[in-house]
Amino acid sequence: MTDRDLLLEIGCEEIPARFVEGAAAQLSEKLSAWLKQNRIAFRFARTYATPRRLAIVVQGVAEKQTDMEEEVKGPPRRIAVSEDGGWTKAAEGFARKQGIRVDDLQSKELKGETYIFARKHHAGRPTVDLLREGLPALFESLHFPKTMRWSSRRTRFIRPVRWMVCLFGEETVPVEWAGITASNRTRGHRFLGEETVVTAPDRYVDALRDQWVVADIEERRSAIRKQLSQMEREQGWRIPIDEGLLDEVTHLVEYPTALYGSFDESFLELPAAVLITTMREHQRYFPVEGPDGELLPYFVTVRNGDDTALDQVAKGNEKVLDARLADARFFYDEDLKLPIRKAVEKLDHVVYFEDLGTIGDQMRRIRSLVLQMAYRLGLEAGEVQQVLRAAEIAKFDLSTNMVDEFPELSGVMGEEYARKAGEDPVVARTILEHHYPRFSGDTLPPSTLGALISLADKVDAVVSAFSIGIQPTGSQDPYGLRRRAAGAVQILVEKGWTSISLDDIISIALERLDSDGWLKRPREEVKKELVSFFNMRLKPVLQEEGIRYDLIDAVLASDTSFPRLVLEKAKVLSAQVEQEGFKHVVEGFSRAANLAEKGKQGVQVNPDHFQEQAEQELFNAVHTAAEAFQQGRSRHDARRMYEAISTLAPVIHDFFDRVLVMADDETVRHNRLALLRRIDDLVSGFAAFKKIVFA
Amino acid sequence: MNMQQMILQLQSYWSSRGCVLAQPYDVEKGAGTMNPMTFLRSLGPEPWNVAYVEPSRRPADGRYGENPNRVYQHHQFQVIMKPSPDDIQEVYLGSLKALGINPLEHDIRFVEDNWENPAMGAAGLGWEVWLDGMEVTQFTYFQQVGGLEVDPVSVELTYGLERIASYIQDQENIFDLIWVEGVRYGDIFKQPEYEHSKYSFEVSDPEKLFQWFDHYEEEAQRALNEDLVFPAYDYTLKCSHTFNLLEARGAISVTERTGYLGRVRHLARRCAKTFVQERERLGFPMLKQGGDNS
Repeated sequence: MTDRDLLLEIGCEEIPARFVEGAAAQLSEKLSAWLKQNRIAFRFARTYATPRRLAIVVQGVAEKQTDMEEEVKGPPRRIAVSEDGGWTKAAEGFARKQGIRVDDLQSKELKGETYIFARKHHAGRPTVDLLREGLPALFESLHFPKTMRWSSRRTRFIRPVRWMVCLFGEETVPVEWAGITASNRTRGHRFLGEETVVTAPDRYVDALRDQWVVADIEERRSAIRKQLSQMEREQGWRIPIDEGLLDEVTHLVEYPTALYGSFDESFLELPAAVLITTMREHQRYFPVEGPDGELLPYFVTVRNGDDTALDQVAKGNEKVLDARLADARFFYDEDLKLPIRKAVEKLDHVVYFEDLGTIGDQMRRIRSLVLQMAYRLGLEAGEVQQVLRAAEIAKFDLSTNMVDEFPELSGVMGEEYARKAGEDPVVARTILEHHYPRFSGDTLPPSTLGALISLADKVDAVVSAFSIGIQPTGSQDPYGLRRRAAGAVQILVEKGWTSISLDDIISIALERLDSDGWLKRPREEVKKELVSFFNMRLKPVLQEEGIRYDLIDAVLASDTSFPRLVLEKAKVLSAQVEQEGFKHVVEGFSRAANLAEKGKQGVQVNPDHFQEQAEQELFNAVHTAAEAFQQGRSRHDARRMYEAISTLAPVIHDFFDRVLVMADDETVRHNRLALLRRIDDLVSGFAAFKKIVFA
Repeated sequence: MNMQQMILQLQSYWSSRGCVLAQPYDVEKGAGTMNPMTFLRSLGPEPWNVAYVEPSRRPADGRYGENPNRVYQHHQFQVIMKPSPDDIQEVYLGSLKALGINPLEHDIRFVEDNWENPAMGAAGLGWEVWLDGMEVTQFTYFQQVGGLEVDPVSVELTYGLERIASYIQDQENIFDLIWVEGVRYGDIFKQPEYEHSKYSFEVSDPEKLFQWFDHYEEEAQRALNEDLVFPAYDYTLKCSHTFNLLEARGAISVTERTGYLGRVRHLARRCAKTFVQERERLGFPMLKQGGDNS
């Protein structure tokens, strides 16, 4: 069968940069799926996209749909054929419904019953017809986070659609959608190009290039990279590339030309983060660095056009940036005039959460949590003072103009302003650190003080939200509670503090919320939800460490109040599963556990009821193991804990070899079962061994 | 090109594109969108094309005439076309050419910006238009006005006149802009800027403002009960401006803020609904004329 190439282009008003790539990918996916579903063979599809167009070129698209034989099962033959051998009403009805003549009905046996069948031949239809009929629905099915209407049209799309191109080989397919009929005419660059005819799909990219449009995303991206590195060489600069910004700029232009401008050197007195953020967020500029990584008073922007009048474009951009930086300097100077005490007071007027009071209230909760943790960790007096000061002012920068303008600078500005205000540099640094980790994979707070405040901040955010019934559901987590809980757990794993458990921290936070009157739900219920919520966040941390799934499940089913210890236990198990004797150990534990279930609750082991020497031996062994286990636990030494219980394994096996647990005498029996329960209780304090999978 | 010429150019350009040239509305407002020529007329099925200059008051932006870019009152040139024409982007770019801006010698881009005015129950999708990195126009397809889905959709173009003028005239300080030969922007607006700033931040009487807000709101409701939408809308604008004055004065707490905005929104929604209802009662007269200005 012959084939042709297919070109599809949807011409739009400027698509928001952040959606361009995804929209093109979606078009490609849906079109490929549609072709398959319609039995139209094709070789491969390639997408193109600019702010003004989403396009796809599919190579080797079949001329026609493939033919299809369809067999539809009808009623059993005994119902379809009457006693005199003629067709019954049922058979006639079936044939009519299937659009075939009764005489064409066929019979076939299926599991001992003969049925009548309609066999239908579907001749493949021309692809051109299918495209014309099917594409509008395909376009309608494209999904965007935000769509709009325009003019009097009913169509919803990401931005108004202004033209369409649909070429099957050299033939125009006049698809109609959104009030537009597809043609072979596309539009070039808004200012440099013109409307032009695309003669065939394989001419698409070149036809656009002639009209100053680089249709290929990757080609535009690498063109920008190349221009930037050329500029680096010529000027002796470094231009660090923020990939997110590069993506955005790539999707803001159809024909990129990089150019640079300068700004007044005096602005370099502002913190680098302020300059970089102003350039990136407001203007989509790349900052420029000198050989030693110092910021230089230049910026690079990427214009949508050629190199005509670049000086004038640079001059315009310089003027805008100057005004922006003047604003930033104004904010900076004003912020420096605001005493930290005043800034903190202002937080008493900023609502944190409708039912959780102000940020001021939240700060006081965090401070009290930090204080109690610092006390338990036995921090020195000096450190306690520093961490309390940092906790008191950790969020003061939320009152500043700069953070109001650039929320992502919170922390950076806090540190900067605190230093300038003469705060202890450790305190200033802690303000920044308390934001870490800000996202999955971000650095953790390096210092103990930063870790304490970060932990308190995150725990309070989660606990307080749960207190008023706000919890993430499914994929919905608008307040980032999962991320925060994960951050808290990561900090605990990393720090490995042994004098305070996650459980305690949650309890302290809850107690404070309760005494402040914010807790709106039964405390025990909330506590339970919180413990399991934080537990769930341990899972990815363990996965990150390369721990096997079954081992993760095993340790998570046990005591998790010290996340670091959980990790250590998981590591011990990971090492053990490689050992020969491990399976034997676990079998011992399992035998004990399985039988223990048959025992009566609350029965204490009484050595007076022992009948056999083996019972006494096991009893003694359990006693010794429990003591060793306890010692290991108090030192948070997972290896010792494991060694303690593993010594039990041979004794357990020996016990089962020599003792019939299910004795006729009830007292004796229950005494033995109680002994086994003690073993299970002890062993479960390490992990739920029954979850471990042996190949 | 001085500011007066700019305004004349834009008026003549949009007039030739079929727009009614309206005059600034005589009730205080924060943006040209709140002019009833936009807010109300963008509702309902009737075609409507209009252009006007709107002096827009934002008390909290007042800087006593001392800041080179921020002012209590700035000027917007506002265009509404309903339904939005299919070639509106090209037509808009034509208006920049009319201002002497040759796109080949500049970098003009449409950068996503979704506009929203919650107090007026209004939202739209569109862009900021960048001229060499500077936002010169807000380009919006209204989707919702006064809490109602609009149909047909209007396009709104809002030019920041001071910004474009400082670009064209290459001035750092808007008070140095030439309004017309021999008269600078500062000659006209410096004194009112200072006085309005001083009044808004230091002198206004919050107690009276709170009372006025209540009275304006009451009067708007009363007019709405009689289906008198235009008077009701005027009082809604009064409420909004009074709220802005209270906010500039720092007299409204965070919790109160939500409440006051909700009250303005409620009025705006009622006005929107009543407007459509009254136009329908009149038989949507401009629909019958076939939208002869489109």
